Amino acid sequence: MLADVTTFAIDGLASRRVTVEVDLRRGLPAFTIVGRGDAAVRESRERVHAALLNSGFQFPQRRITVNLAPAHMRKVGPGFDLATACGVLAASEQLPATELERWAVFGELSLGGELRRCRGVLAVAEGARRAGIPGLIVPRECAREAALVDGLVVAGVARLREVAAIMRGELPPALPEPEPQPPAADPAELDLADIRGQPGAIRALTIAAAGAHNLLLSGPPGTGKTMLARRLISVLPPLARTEAITVTRIHSIAGAHVGGGLVRTRPLRAPHHTIAASGLVGGGAHPTPGEASLAHHGVLFLDELSEFSRAALEALRQPLEDGVVAIVRGQRTVVFPTRFQLMASTNPCPCGMAGRQGCRCSEADLARHRRRLSGPLLDRMDLLMHMQRPPAEQLERGATTMSAEVRSTVQAARERQATRFAGTGLTTNAELTPRLVRELVRADRQGLAVLRHAYASGELSVRGHGRILRVARTIADLAASEHVGAEHVNEALSLRQEDVLDGGRAAA
Amino acid sequence: MSACDDCLRRTALVACLAPHVERARRHRVHLCELLALSDDRLLAALAGDRREVIERAHEAFDPQTARRRLDEVGQLAVCRHQEQYPRRLLDAADAPAVLHVAGDPERVFALARDETPAVAVVGARRAAYEGLEVARGLGRGLAAAGVTVISGMALGIDAAAHAGAFEVGGPTLAVLAGGADVPYPPSKRALYRVIVQTQAAVSEMPPGFGPFRWCFPARNRTIAGLASLTVVVEATERSGSLITAEIAQELGRAVGAVPGPVAAPRCAGSNALLRDGGLVIRHAQDALDEALGIGVATALSGRRASELRQPLRALLERVENGSDTVSALAATPAEAQRALAGLGELELRGFLRRGPGGRYARVL
Repeated sequence: MLADVTTFAIDGLASRRVTVEVDLRRGLPAFTIVGRGDAAVRESRERVHAALLNSGFQFPQRRITVNLAPAHMRKVGPGFDLATACGVLAASEQLPATELERWAVFGELSLGGELRRCRGVLAVAEGARRAGIPGLIVPRECAREAALVDGLVVAGVARLREVAAIMRGELPPALPEPEPQPPAADPAELDLADIRGQPGAIRALTIAAAGAHNLLLSGPPGTGKTMLARRLISVLPPLARTEAITVTRIHSIAGAHVGGGLVRTRPLRAPHHTIAASGLVGGGAHPTPGEASLAHHGVLFLDELSEFSRAALEALRQPLEDGVVAIVRGQRTVVFPTRFQLMASTNPCPCGMAGRQGCRCSEADLARHRRRLSGPLLDRMDLLMHMQRPPAEQLERGATTMSAEVRSTVQAARERQATRFAGTGLTTNAELTPRLVRELVRADRQGLAVLRHAYASGELSVRGHGRILRVARTIADLAASEHVGAEHVNEALSLRQEDVLDGGRAAA
Repeated sequence: MSACDDCLRRTALVACLAPHVERARRHRVHLCELLALSDDRLLAALAGDRREVIERAHEAFDPQTARRRLDEVGQLAVCRHQEQYPRRLLDAADAPAVLHVAGDPERVFALARDETPAVAVVGARRAAYEGLEVARGLGRGLAAAGVTVISGMALGIDAAAHAGAFEVGGPTLAVLAGGADVPYPPSKRALYRVIVQTQAAVSEMPPGFGPFRWCFPARNRTIAGLASLTVVVEATERSGSLITAEIAQELGRAVGAVPGPVAAPRCAGSNALLRDGGLVIRHAQDALDEALGIGVATALSGRRASELRQPLRALLERVENGSDTVSALAATPAEAQRALAGLGELELRGFLRRGPGGRYARVL
């Protein structure tokens, strides 16, 4: 007897249709799975065997051959368990084979016959919809995620027995509960109100959020760099639905958010500085997304930038430049999206005291620190904010700023950018290339004069000139100003990164 | 026109004996006395059991080879017997036999003709940002008035003084401890390159010579000897800059220091110099008055606060009074926005400079 079951395999961030063919014939009892599966697929035999018996089914005493087609593709993970089990049941006529044609199935089995949640259900559901399959059976815990795809009947199932019951028509497919409305404000969420003092840094954060600019915070330990960075997402506009779907898909496949429905807040990823390049941009024999992709549409925060390995920072170059990273493995190339906002923090010098009293760093230490910081990443930093310990009276005073207020000004500035960039494919000022920035950003007479003066005085490089214009545009957007004026350029100049490395400039 | 044979031979001898000088210094031999010795006595004092070898090499020295070598590296040698040699240096018995010049020799010739006065600006390698800004301001103000700024191209104050002189196109002269073609410290290679392009670097040691420790105090005597006034900007109690000041005093030259905070160890040496009767130098004008005579030249001063309208003027005053960071200037993000824009404008207009850690310093 022969049976076919449709399921899906995760490949990069998409899913590919896989047909699980099960063949039963006379002979010594045996159970073989072929089709380039990994260890999890091979071990699937034991799970399927036990799950069938523990669910009250017969396990056919036949020679069972399972083939995962197409055979050339590598298949990874335990998601094929359910399809294999269904195939065995159908081939041994414990399940109506004709019904099976209307469903795709996906899920991991426990020995007791329960379905366990699995990575990548959203991608599987999208694959099923694309393949024109009317229904998808997934573990109950993942049903909400699968239901994000419209035009597909999703059955969330807790155990193998229920799958059979649905196929036999004994049980209506349990539709997943609708998404709960998100609460208006999550009191547990990090808020700028927690920050004491640091008005300059809050201002820089606002500008960074409004224009999606990359921001570097520099300051001695304990001035709240990390605290501030973690609050950037609280002032960013909410994810659009298409963005949220993308984020959910990536996080589900990477195992960071499995089966929990739609991701609603922008992701903030803060990898430790010991991370390897492949962990940062993705990799592995079967490529999985890295931190840069997990931060897609969100924030990638690199705390202690100078401590990251050269190789890891170097690997971020392409993702920053192109918004995607291509990982090549053998003959296959997998592309992961990496459109994140970069935020980084650093000590001003190795000991953190920045040449003030008590600084123990020699000029050679400073030079080394400088070398570690410079390079491709620094070049992408539109903004630099130096932070200092706040004065005592600012600590005693209450909160100066609520995230909600900032978020609404950021939102307004973003809308102004969207209007200006309509039809250009851009969304934020940060995406303005040096060419576009000169084309699309208009400064008024005073603004131009300031910029020209800054450039002529040698304070700015050519690249820096474009950066200032970009940031000034965002500052003008925050001020609801049509043109970039002198005060906007001046403020952008104060936040320029050109001389972060510049303890030395004074002496060179 | 080149250095005489004897002086070239003397230079080669000193270079050859350099390791011996290093050893002798461990026995607290006075460097100036040592360098004032004649060739024979120097040999006798230092060479020890290697005396014969060195003596033979000394006698076999070929000045023509040395001159060819100088031509190869593009240096000019001026010896104490030539009139292009700065007279002022000869006040000291231990004056260098030869000055090797890399870059524009006119910088040295002008000193020799006594056309331009020269002021040495020296100080700590590890200086505070404020000190660097003062040194830079001195360099700028002095050079703008046509005074040659002499320093040692060391990290910190020295380099800042050279950089200040550069801002207005010189003149400035770097006195090196190694050969005039050996930038030291290596991290100042970029500064060295611009110095030899339009200004000059000089050294008493032959080309390619890597400096020994004793070469630095020896270099300091050249700095002190070339300048009519030596200004110490920041110096700890055991700073090498104090050696320069001491030698200058012994030569009867004027010595001054920039006052620093009394509690700061980095200024302890320079402040002690003031207590001992050093001139108080607050800015380039003070140095110019001393070097040229009162009122002869007016220093190119920093921008005056009176040029500013409110509220920029008030902001500048607050920075001058110690609120030198955005955190100290603003309590709310809206205030920070105004402060950032104001600081940006003040920096651009040359009133302030942003230093490490985001601290702003007044440009003097």
